Amino acid sequence: MIAQFVSQHLPALQVVVPLIAAPVCVLLRRPTLSWLFALIVTWICFAMSIALLIRLESAGTIVYEMGGWPAPWGIEYRIGMTSAIVLVIVSGIGSVVMPYAKASVAAEIDPARHYLFYTCYLLCLCGLLGVVATGDAFNLFVFLEISSLSSYVLIGLGRDRRALTAAFQYLVMGTIGATSIVIGIGLLYLVTGSLNMADIAARLPEPGTNRTVLVAFAFLGLGAALKLALFPLHVWLPAAYTHAPSAVTAFLAATATKVGVYILLRFIFTVFGATFAFTTMPLDAMLLALAVAAMFVASAIAIFQNNVKRMLAYSSVAQIGYMVLGIGIATQAGVAAGLIHLFNHALMKGGLFMAIGCVFLRTGSVRLESMSGIARTMPWTMAAFVLGGLSLIGVPLTVGFISKLYLIRASFEAGLWPFGVLVVLSSLLAVAYIWRVVETAYFREPTAEAARATEAPLSMLLPTWVLIGACVYFGIDAELTVDTAFRAAAALMQANP
Amino acid sequence: MDFEIHPGLYNYAVVVMLMMAGLYIVITRGNLVKKIVGLNVFQASVFVLYITMGKIIGGTAPILEDGFKVYSNPLPHVLILTAIVVGVATTALGLALVVRIREAYGTIEEDEIQRQDESR
Repeated sequence: MIAQFVSQHLPALQVVVPLIAAPVCVLLRRPTLSWLFALIVTWICFAMSIALLIRLESAGTIVYEMGGWPAPWGIEYRIGMTSAIVLVIVSGIGSVVMPYAKASVAAEIDPARHYLFYTCYLLCLCGLLGVVATGDAFNLFVFLEISSLSSYVLIGLGRDRRALTAAFQYLVMGTIGATSIVIGIGLLYLVTGSLNMADIAARLPEPGTNRTVLVAFAFLGLGAALKLALFPLHVWLPAAYTHAPSAVTAFLAATATKVGVYILLRFIFTVFGATFAFTTMPLDAMLLALAVAAMFVASAIAIFQNNVKRMLAYSSVAQIGYMVLGIGIATQAGVAAGLIHLFNHALMKGGLFMAIGCVFLRTGSVRLESMSGIARTMPWTMAAFVLGGLSLIGVPLTVGFISKLYLIRASFEAGLWPFGVLVVLSSLLAVAYIWRVVETAYFREPTAEAARATEAPLSMLLPTWVLIGACVYFGIDAELTVDTAFRAAAALMQANP
Repeated sequence: MDFEIHPGLYNYAVVVMLMMAGLYIVITRGNLVKKIVGLNVFQASVFVLYITMGKIIGGTAPILEDGFKVYSNPLPHVLILTAIVVGVATTALGLALVVRIREAYGTIEEDEIQRQDESR
């Protein structure tokens, strides 16, 4: 009976379980106990999102009515192929970071605050999953704020006092972004009288006939762009990722911006429709221009960073450019390439930030100069970093290669071949910044602190290698990701032509 | 625009002015508390926007009673109740961060904080 109950309410439980678990975590108090509890919850979430993905094989879309109230009156959860993929990424990364977090959090955060860390972590996970699962526009905003508020707290827990200013800056920009999204939703409600996304899409007037819809589109686009850190609205991201605790950086870098990309996709394709976004409005040209700027400017800035975490953060801005480039190509192949990169980037950037977190645990620094010769004392950590870095560049047999292959192919098919060339050229910049780290770690004489460092504990090394291993596995056997991404893109393109 | 012809747009004009004033404060003020205040004004403009769209002139609260036929839409009002809660949470967290920043830096002026970070 329980099995039937769970299977019936799976879309809701996916979000409700971490939401209820978060306050329980506060009651548990003891660091190890709350960690163990949060670990179990994240794994349950991962199992549920896998179950949803498997169920989607037979059912086209899973629709769940909250409290039994039918849409558009009630809040509806709607899980399609795209949301299922993003759910798997978010909960998957969430469950891999958890075992890693124990040692890392113990070293970076005051033990008296551990239970609060895990509470906020679960709340953040709940918010991110909620954004993806819901089919109600206002509900999306509420979950977005749950995840944002908890992530400001998580970032502010960083040891350095600059974590506080980074969290504050993120709070200001994030709130402006979220408020823009509410304005957009409000204007859509003004025009259609509905908050259900599918219902809004059905009730929207003919493209180009209503100015309020244009303004709503602009506000929603701005809000989503701020949340996904689209160049030049990315300024909150480098500071936030640099000063946040290692586990938080790994988790947020792999999930938060991806959910931002999902929000953009959701509004473009299922609410406004591709015709409105790309024909009536020149969104594709804008996205392409900003994506290219992100790929080059952010990668170029990354080359000159001496803080490796900051370097990877700028690299994230550039990689978001690739995802947005895929969306900007505006064909099924382009959107699919964007989704493939969304999945792949979560794996590699999660793995890379985790590897750097291992270095930070042992040397207490993420400065490039303190990593001299660290590969001699921490060979496994640095090997993971090198593999992740190769993937970032796009070397064959890693996921990065698959992403770029499909991006280039999509741009050529759409007749936008210069963008394919730009993808290759910008990858060369990635070679430069990854090489700086590899050269320092492998070919320099170890500094005193690097020589004293020992290999990271297995509890941190193993999760790092799970993600890096996945980078290689999905780089060789890409059938699953590519197939799922293409089906998701097809569903998006047909949703509201 | 001529607002005399469109008295119905008066609220929306207020929304736009509040929104821009809030955003201006957030961008130009270096004092972190003032930034939070600006953020609040910005959010308040959205509250007014939602409440205005639910209001019908001559409409009452949606309670069934003899003699009342026109009701204002309660949904936007309820939505804004949620948004106000979110706004309060954001303000509380923002102010808490400002307190911690003041403890760590001894100042809440943005340029002063930047100078301290650079000099290290």
